[in-house]
Amino acid sequence: MSPQTPAQTISQKIIARAAGLTSVNVGEIVTCTVDLAMMHDSGGPRRVESKLKELGVGIWDASKVVLVSDHYTPAIDVDSAGILSLTRKFAALHQIKNFYDGVGICHVILPERGHMRPGIFAVGGDSHSPSGGAYGAFMVGIGATEMAGVLATGEIWVRVPETIRVEWQGALGRGLTAKDILLKLCATLGMNNDYKVIEYTGSTVTAMPMNERLTMSNMSAELGAKTGIIAPDATTFADLAAKGVMLKAWQQSLQSDADANYAARHVFDATTLAPQVAAPHSPANSHSVTDTDKVKLDQAYLGACTGAKENDLRMAAEILKGRKVAAGTRLLIAPASTMTTAKLAADGTLAILLEAGAQLLPTGCGACAGYGAGVLADGEVSIASTARNFKGRMGSATAQVYLASPYTVAASAVKGEIADPREFLA
Amino acid sequence: MTISPPTLVRIWKFGDQIDTDVLAPGRYMKGTIDEIAVHCLEAVRPEFAAAVKPGDIVVGGVGFGIGSSREQAAQALIHLGVGAVIATGVARIFYRNAINLGLPVLVSPDAAKLMDGTMVTFDLDSGVVKNAQGDTLAQCEKLPGFLLEIVRDGGLIPNLKKKLARG
Repeated sequence: MSPQTPAQTISQKIIARAAGLTSVNVGEIVTCTVDLAMMHDSGGPRRVESKLKELGVGIWDASKVVLVSDHYTPAIDVDSAGILSLTRKFAALHQIKNFYDGVGICHVILPERGHMRPGIFAVGGDSHSPSGGAYGAFMVGIGATEMAGVLATGEIWVRVPETIRVEWQGALGRGLTAKDILLKLCATLGMNNDYKVIEYTGSTVTAMPMNERLTMSNMSAELGAKTGIIAPDATTFADLAAKGVMLKAWQQSLQSDADANYAARHVFDATTLAPQVAAPHSPANSHSVTDTDKVKLDQAYLGACTGAKENDLRMAAEILKGRKVAAGTRLLIAPASTMTTAKLAADGTLAILLEAGAQLLPTGCGACAGYGAGVLADGEVSIASTARNFKGRMGSATAQVYLASPYTVAASAVKGEIADPREFLA
Repeated sequence: MTISPPTLVRIWKFGDQIDTDVLAPGRYMKGTIDEIAVHCLEAVRPEFAAAVKPGDIVVGGVGFGIGSSREQAAQALIHLGVGAVIATGVARIFYRNAINLGLPVLVSPDAAKLMDGTMVTFDLDSGVVKNAQGDTLAQCEKLPGFLLEIVRDGGLIPNLKKKLARG
């Protein structure tokens, strides 16, 4: 780096590059060129099409657009079917080749199909778009009108954010996961880290596989952050190489400068973390499972982008192997992608889940946001491996939703009440 | 969008973390904005959608609009005639969505002092909220010029349209 360039965080470097500048200062408002724009069936075509028509323009570069139908798939009624049909027509009309129709949740499909790369400036029409940060991308969530603006111009304004450095050190205990870390962070840092980036680092993060890193970055949305980013490393490069993604030198060397400025630095000890459970109705309402009431459960739900990826369901299988779901409790599983289901079916993991008494649901966003199968009745109590438990989100406004890791959800399904997964993992 | 000084509007005060599932519940998202708006804020205040009047101001604490990127959260407020949102802190996607749809959202450390049911005047340019007697009740952070322009144009699409026409 030249001496006159000020020290930059990884986010500043990506923003500067996208803005055509050598460096950017925190608080500065710049216009960035978008490398990738992701949208889904709910906030995508049905919301942007009329706006593009009003502007009288097409899509600036269809090769940079990824469209995923995941919220309303498979259609459960005529309205859902209509939304999916409209989405397919939009993809055909605008010649969007990166169109994934009912094969998985957008935040899982993007990395699974090799669209996420270090250093890209990406926007997604979904609040959990910070997921892309797991690959060292700067990816933020935007709404439909803003997406229409991006599709029309290929650009977006951004206020250069401050960064909070969150360092986790040490090995996680048995039955502990990225979900536990994020729920702990929601309780510790709160949900109002507005306009800030969380940069995750430390030996705990370095040791994580990509799927766990995706959960970390994804749930930065619950911290209220603009995005959550992890510098690419050997694990990232190996994952991308396996998908045939070629990287340039600058993408491989992308890191925050040692003397970069942070708004805050936090260091956490992973070795002492206990499984976390978020009580209704907020992820910030998280406590150690040992301090959580052993509430009786109507439903246990393994689903969504942070809770039903391949490794998530393998965690659940570790607990469920040779055990049965408790009478009076139902366990629903909605795998995050069809590729996930296929892999789990091939090696017998799916059979373990089904033999335990789980009911297999279609792939998609499902009940997580109250769109699909598995929503809750008035007063019902559920534990879920999803990211968010706001009032009324998973069905009835009087339903009670607890959030936890796949281990804790599986253990709780077996006991019929909120349970500590460590009791099942010798 | 400026509400001229003599126009008195009501303050609707809400607490912290008014999330997007409360503003636009997921289970109504298939529907039109008419259908969604009827349920806006009903989980915390069932009478709101029917009682709110054009120009009224929604006041929140920290984390207003936290959660989903669904634009209907802001659009429902606009549909019900809400003139502005003033909060201690605003979630970033909601903030951008609202501005992009032409709904002014302002951050104010004084938001907590605004009381439910108070009749006030609000001036977008100065960001000042006054009571009927003309006393200043709250000072909001002013919107940057280019965002004020988007709001005045009625949102990002009319704003872009204007710019595209200019070439």
